[in-house]
Amino acid sequence: MAELSHTKLAKKPKWNWLKMAAVLIAAILALPILVILVNVLIGDGDVWQHLYETVLAEYISNSLLLMVGVGIGVLAIGVPCAWLTSMCEFRGRHFLSWALLLPMAMPAYIIAYTYTGVLDFAGPVQTFIRDLTGWRYGEYWFFEIRSLGGAMTMLTLVLYPYVYLMSRAAFLEQSANTLEVSRTLGYSGRAAFFKLALPLARPAIVTGLTLALMETLADYGTVQYFSVNTFTTGILRTFYGFGDVAAASQLAGILLLFVAMLILLERYSRHRIRYHASGLKKASHRRISLARRHAVWAWVFCALPILVGFLIPVMVLAYWAIFKAEMPGSNFVELAWNSFYLAAMASLIVVGLALVLGYAIRLNNSRSVKFSVGVAGMGYALPGTIIAIGTIVPLAWLDHRVIDFVKHYSDERVGLLFSGTLFALLFAYTVRFMAVSLGAVQNGLGKIKPSMDMAGRSLGMSPYKVLTRIHIPLLKGSVLTAILIVFVDTLKELPATLVLRPFNFNTLAVRAFELASDERLIDAAPASLMIVLVGLVPVVLLSRSISSRSRHAK
Amino acid sequence: MSFSTSQKQLPIQKQLKSMTLNAVSVGYEGQPIVKQASFELKEGQIGCLLGPSGCGKSTLLRALAGFETLMTGEIRVDGELIASEDRHVNPEDRHIGMVFQDIALFPHLSITENIAFGLSAWPKSDAQERVSYLLNLVGLSGFESRYPHSLSGGQQQRVALARAMAPKPKLLLMDEPFSGLDAKLREELVPDIRDILKHEKMAAILVTHDQMEAFAMADQVSVMSAGEIHQTGTPYNIYHDPETRFVAEFIGHGDFLTATVCGANCVHSDLGTIRGDLDHGFEANQEVDLLVRPDDILHDDDSEFVGMIESKFFRGSHFLYRVKLSSGKIVFCFASSHHDHAVGQEIGLSVHLDHLVMFPR
Repeated sequence: MAELSHTKLAKKPKWNWLKMAAVLIAAILALPILVILVNVLIGDGDVWQHLYETVLAEYISNSLLLMVGVGIGVLAIGVPCAWLTSMCEFRGRHFLSWALLLPMAMPAYIIAYTYTGVLDFAGPVQTFIRDLTGWRYGEYWFFEIRSLGGAMTMLTLVLYPYVYLMSRAAFLEQSANTLEVSRTLGYSGRAAFFKLALPLARPAIVTGLTLALMETLADYGTVQYFSVNTFTTGILRTFYGFGDVAAASQLAGILLLFVAMLILLERYSRHRIRYHASGLKKASHRRISLARRHAVWAWVFCALPILVGFLIPVMVLAYWAIFKAEMPGSNFVELAWNSFYLAAMASLIVVGLALVLGYAIRLNNSRSVKFSVGVAGMGYALPGTIIAIGTIVPLAWLDHRVIDFVKHYSDERVGLLFSGTLFALLFAYTVRFMAVSLGAVQNGLGKIKPSMDMAGRSLGMSPYKVLTRIHIPLLKGSVLTAILIVFVDTLKELPATLVLRPFNFNTLAVRAFELASDERLIDAAPASLMIVLVGLVPVVLLSRSISSRSRHAK
Repeated sequence: MSFSTSQKQLPIQKQLKSMTLNAVSVGYEGQPIVKQASFELKEGQIGCLLGPSGCGKSTLLRALAGFETLMTGEIRVDGELIASEDRHVNPEDRHIGMVFQDIALFPHLSITENIAFGLSAWPKSDAQERVSYLLNLVGLSGFESRYPHSLSGGQQQRVALARAMAPKPKLLLMDEPFSGLDAKLREELVPDIRDILKHEKMAAILVTHDQMEAFAMADQVSVMSAGEIHQTGTPYNIYHDPETRFVAEFIGHGDFLTATVCGANCVHSDLGTIRGDLDHGFEANQEVDLLVRPDDILHDDDSEFVGMIESKFFRGSHFLYRVKLSSGKIVFCFASSHHDHAVGQEIGLSVHLDHLVMFPR
């Protein structure tokens, strides 16, 4: 056995560098939230008093009303659509079940601009009514879209898919046996739905609801455009308008409180999903066949959200972009290129770090690593505005230390190395989107059983070769999905990009927002349309995966 | 990345001469899971680690493969130290193959590519030859370009075996390789795989909790419990000459009769005076427990010793009677299925033992 004499004699491999990397990544990604919390704590009473006397009541009531409205809306659309497409059988059910996801591709601020363009005073709908009736301004009532109600409607239209997806999955997971048992015990179909199916699906529905509400709280583009004062608009106004970090942080702190409650609710209901799903599994469903008369109503109910939440706005945007918009081509290309390479860089960084964290937890599943991964994934719940402020404050501080340091030793002048460059943006995106990519990466790693690593090693492969010949080919799909999701999310992201972009650096989302704010809705259409079309890619992937799953379930 | 040219050459492995474990302890954070395990495996032998779940048998196997480090003791292959307290040869350098409980085929590779996975250092033509030889051996010729998911459980297990055997390892380890298969398939596969290993003259160690599997497969069985090896021997020996009370109870079915030593090779028991053919080494008048197996106790109408049938189990070719002796002891007894007695009936019993297995009370 000559070979053995020159083998490495490693003691137990410890992978300590991975553990350290995981802790370090978590610590850095936790920075924004720590900065906000510290500022909340050190903020003095005066600021608080001032906020309390002036804007606080309005922010709280608007945010709460918005949440209530959106909450009711997404439940009213999401749950029945999920029930109809998962438990009932009618012609076109399969098509509707994936098309109901399409509004996910539509950022709320873009649907808001689009409907404003369609429905406001100068828009085609009101013009048509005036032409038809001869009424003039003030002589008739029309729904004012730039209002709290309008914001609720817009957010509902694009956020109901969260509830739809979660409750659909829950309905499909429910064993047919459970429902059949209830029928044998004398419950009618309707009673079985209200007494069994709905309560069983409740944890999943609540999870979907909390996700939708987190997005509602995080929304900036829609409420800002509709002049509805909520926390997110308030935070940015306080920060920009008054340059008051302390007050902005105080507001962010209260917003965080709301978010924290939602997170707790989400964790709790996710925990309960596991509890409810235990045991009975996958007896294939027999769907309830709908009579033609009922099928029509099912169609109308399910098609309406798709039409209003996706088809109409996309058609309007396409019409504007192709026939009406005035935007020089070169300008558009530059915006698209900026958006593209920013999103590409962000997705590579985020997924790279997610891989480090994923491997850390696979190879060193200690308490500190688990905690670090938990912390690193926290950002998904943080509104972009909070991350933006939590990023810019410490980076600006760091920049000024660097400038002072350099000035002290030489005459060189350095600019804002961190806060004034893409670094800040990429950092904020990493905080915000780590959780989604971590989810995809861990999902992929879970499919590589530890025994496959061992099989490779016992067949003479070094750890490095196990990585290149087993892990990389098997992980490729999940990693690409993760990259894609982060890419699209980055492209759509508005508030953090708005705050943190370097001077004179514009992306599609920012430009669309600026044009819309200048009442140039039609000129904003090409950029908006582009965002929606790119946003369609992950939605299509998602719908493909759920429809293939439902085909297996048959 | 640079590979020395010596690795590119065909690594010709000599067959294993001997593998020895000497007082091997394995554990995590100072807590031993395997304690002081020792045994030896010779050229071409199939060994087996047999024990209830959680007894440390899989941990010991993983230590042999190099996935666990030793706390104490040493493992030698052909005299070469491959693991000890401060030496750990990496799994990829041990030339020890392994078949895993969950099969662990690589889902992205075809059957050919799976089997050839460990042959990357072989010249291409040799590797191809080896793969088709093995596919033929495990009866899967024609499956070359299929993928693992399209194979049945038994077929996947055969591929896993071929993959592990492909680089001609010195020793093949198998961790509960049949546990995921149904009983019928297992019955077919176990003798097949034994034949394949014997044909290849490959030394192997099997881990299982199923003694029938162990008996059907192994030349040498090590019975483990709570991290310790209680006995290593041939299946015949551990059944008929168990060295510890655990082995006696774990292997086969065993009842204990209370007995008193009456001479160098005899005892008095509830079923009369029993003589063995060897000295048992206990002192006269010592109280002992005597192991009797259902096949040691015969239904004998002429016997003066009787017991009452408490319950009976029809086993096709024979009955298994649960019999209560006058002393209150319960024993099991086999009888040919012609001897059909009713529950509650008294039957005569006689003991036929050549070798007395006794434990002090």
